[in-house]
Amino acid sequence: MGTNGEIEPIGSEIYFDSCATTKPCAEALSAGLEAMRYSWGNASSTHTRGTEAAFKIREARHAVADALSAQPEDIFFTSGGTEANNIAVFGAACKNKKQGGRIVTTAIEHSSVLDSVNELEKRGVEVVRLVPDNKGHISPDDIRSAINPNTILVSMMMVNNEVGSILPVAEAVKAARKNAPRALIHCDCVQAFGKIPISVRQLGADMVTVSAHKIHGIKGAGALWKKSWVHIPPLFYGGHQENSFRPGTEATPAIASFGAAAERMCSRKSIGERLSHITELHEYMIKGLLQIDGIVINSPSDGLPYIVNFSTCCIKAETMLNFLSERGIYVSGGSACAKGEPSHVLKALNLPREISDSAIRVSFCGDNNKREIDAFLNVLKEGMNTLAHFC
Amino acid sequence: MNEIILIKNGELALKGLNRRSFEEALSRNIQKAAAPCGPVKVFCSQSTMYVTPLEYADIDEVTERVSRVFGIAALSRAAEVEKNMDQILPAVCEYLRDELESADTFKVNAKRADKKFPLKSPEICVAAGEYILNKFPHLSVDVHEPDLTVTIEIRDAAAYIHKQPIRGAGGLPVGTGGRACVMISGGIDSPVASWMMAKRGLELSAVNFASPPYTSRRAEDKVRSLLEKVARWSGDIRLHIVPFTEIQEAIRDYCPEDMLTVIMRRYMIKIAEIIARKDGALALVSGESVGQVASQTLRALQCTDAAADMPVLRPVIGMDKEEIVSIARKIDTFDISILPYEDCCTVFTPKHPKTKPILEKVIQAEKALECAEVNVNAMIERAVNGTVAEVVKPR
Repeated sequence: MGTNGEIEPIGSEIYFDSCATTKPCAEALSAGLEAMRYSWGNASSTHTRGTEAAFKIREARHAVADALSAQPEDIFFTSGGTEANNIAVFGAACKNKKQGGRIVTTAIEHSSVLDSVNELEKRGVEVVRLVPDNKGHISPDDIRSAINPNTILVSMMMVNNEVGSILPVAEAVKAARKNAPRALIHCDCVQAFGKIPISVRQLGADMVTVSAHKIHGIKGAGALWKKSWVHIPPLFYGGHQENSFRPGTEATPAIASFGAAAERMCSRKSIGERLSHITELHEYMIKGLLQIDGIVINSPSDGLPYIVNFSTCCIKAETMLNFLSERGIYVSGGSACAKGEPSHVLKALNLPREISDSAIRVSFCGDNNKREIDAFLNVLKEGMNTLAHFC
Repeated sequence: MNEIILIKNGELALKGLNRRSFEEALSRNIQKAAAPCGPVKVFCSQSTMYVTPLEYADIDEVTERVSRVFGIAALSRAAEVEKNMDQILPAVCEYLRDELESADTFKVNAKRADKKFPLKSPEICVAAGEYILNKFPHLSVDVHEPDLTVTIEIRDAAAYIHKQPIRGAGGLPVGTGGRACVMISGGIDSPVASWMMAKRGLELSAVNFASPPYTSRRAEDKVRSLLEKVARWSGDIRLHIVPFTEIQEAIRDYCPEDMLTVIMRRYMIKIAEIIARKDGALALVSGESVGQVASQTLRALQCTDAAADMPVLRPVIGMDKEEIVSIARKIDTFDISILPYEDCCTVFTPKHPKTKPILEKVIQAEKALECAEVNVNAMIERAVNGTVAEVVKPR
């Protein structure tokens, strides 16, 4: 690693798995390293070392708030997206626990939301999980009929992480405000953050989850944005940090790097430029894939272009992943092997077995290019021709 | 007061002239198992083994590890005290305080191996009984079904006050039965089979067939984790990872689909045997159980056995899945076995495998692999030469 914090480029490897995590950008790395080297004090300490750390956290809070067009005092740093989603879901349920009530969500949320609502269901809360069509779309009509006056929480992701479908959050907000005045609305924006412009004001939700490592920050930081008048209890107790809403000594390096990444990745200009580049890559990829016999695209045509989910319909996803990985190409599969089950998202899409068993997810970041897509398509074709078919 | 572990060896007591070598192996294995906790002293006298943790070695940890050493019927923790009643009686009350407080009834059991000790066994019992009753007046004596048996043993070197004995792992000391090579896939059965053969005193090596890209490095790592658990009982295991893709693909390309699995297993056996011989093993071990899957019918087993020139030990052959699972849980391999990675046995599974393959027909079908363009013997040689070995240690 150089002195300016730049890491070695991946080189001949092709990283098409940015929805899983992203490579930390130079700004995020140097902010994190700087915090480890110099601003290592406890941000609660009033001496200079501590104050330096508190400054770094304040800067990061402003950067993340700006990225969401939000107020900095409404940003609460967490350890990541999973924790923020847990705080939102359990917080909303806890606040309304005397009234019982209903939670409306979708069957294709991240497991940090789904497992949380499953747990609440065991404790007696009614849960409605909206089922998508086979491209991952959630119908606005379904949302309207699911949200009743008894609803206490609507939790819906903005973009699905496996197929890239964009969910009708605006419809959900409208329906909730109309039919369920006391419902809180939570939107998991982890996959949308840094990829499409997000303004919490325009979105109209009450809580929003974002995460650092999906926008080229380092692992270990995320945030929950929460409207100032929304009062939900915390998950943890034990200190005044984050306004007592998320106590515990702040992870200054991860938070500082989150701020730096947000600043770099989330301006409207940066998002817009990247989106047009990615849209081109997406079209190029789809065109290339459709030229290969047997390939089926699972992502919707109106989805987020960062994600292309497709199936070879003949090679098990695990085998293809290993084959690509041996050649330095990194992608994800939505399905485990013969012994495993398809992911909950692919299951919800109700796809035939040969499609879900062979589903591959390619997810881009701004650093990818068409040359990489060409190389990927060639290796993919090679794999389809030489590897054993499962049906 | 010094606390030690007393060990009763199981079947070893039945051995005749070989007994000495069995005891030496057991002592070595105890040393090895306990070594990570710190130094321990092991010595054998009057058909009992004494394990004394030295320096910083923690006796709880040593006990736990020694309880996994095969060849031990029972072990008990004991306080070691000087051989005179003035020392022994207070030590009994101190060492067994918790047990005496929570029991309602007790009895004293004395063993006098040192016949020079002034009190005879019944006299020791009476003296100790009186002393205990005096200190713990809530207790009463019950010689038939006591809550607690206080054992006082007078031996040559010292007197020992026992806690309740713990069941040992049983079996025979690893290494006394020679070496066998386990064919391990990553499933539930083969680690259990490995454990069972180690229990019969066999030292283990293992062979795993890797078929990248159909199997991944995670699958290899899974096998490693499974063997680490087995090694807690068997000691170090040498693992051989065989590159098997080429042969599997050739079988798929040239052999009838319904015989893929049985032919693949025959080649696995052939290769495992070559590796086993190099490793000094005298037998193969496999996790097959009659009727569990198509390749485990009697006919299929006959076909795989015919490929082997050394015995194939199948300790779980007559066990139900449930019985196998309960051992897998006991030895902590179950949760690892169910991790969902493709392994060499699930690659290219035919849709309708032959459940009753006829050996002659299988051999006939294999002929396709022996033609010039395939040259399976060269493939076997490449697989054996490409095999990578490593030592898996207990974890």
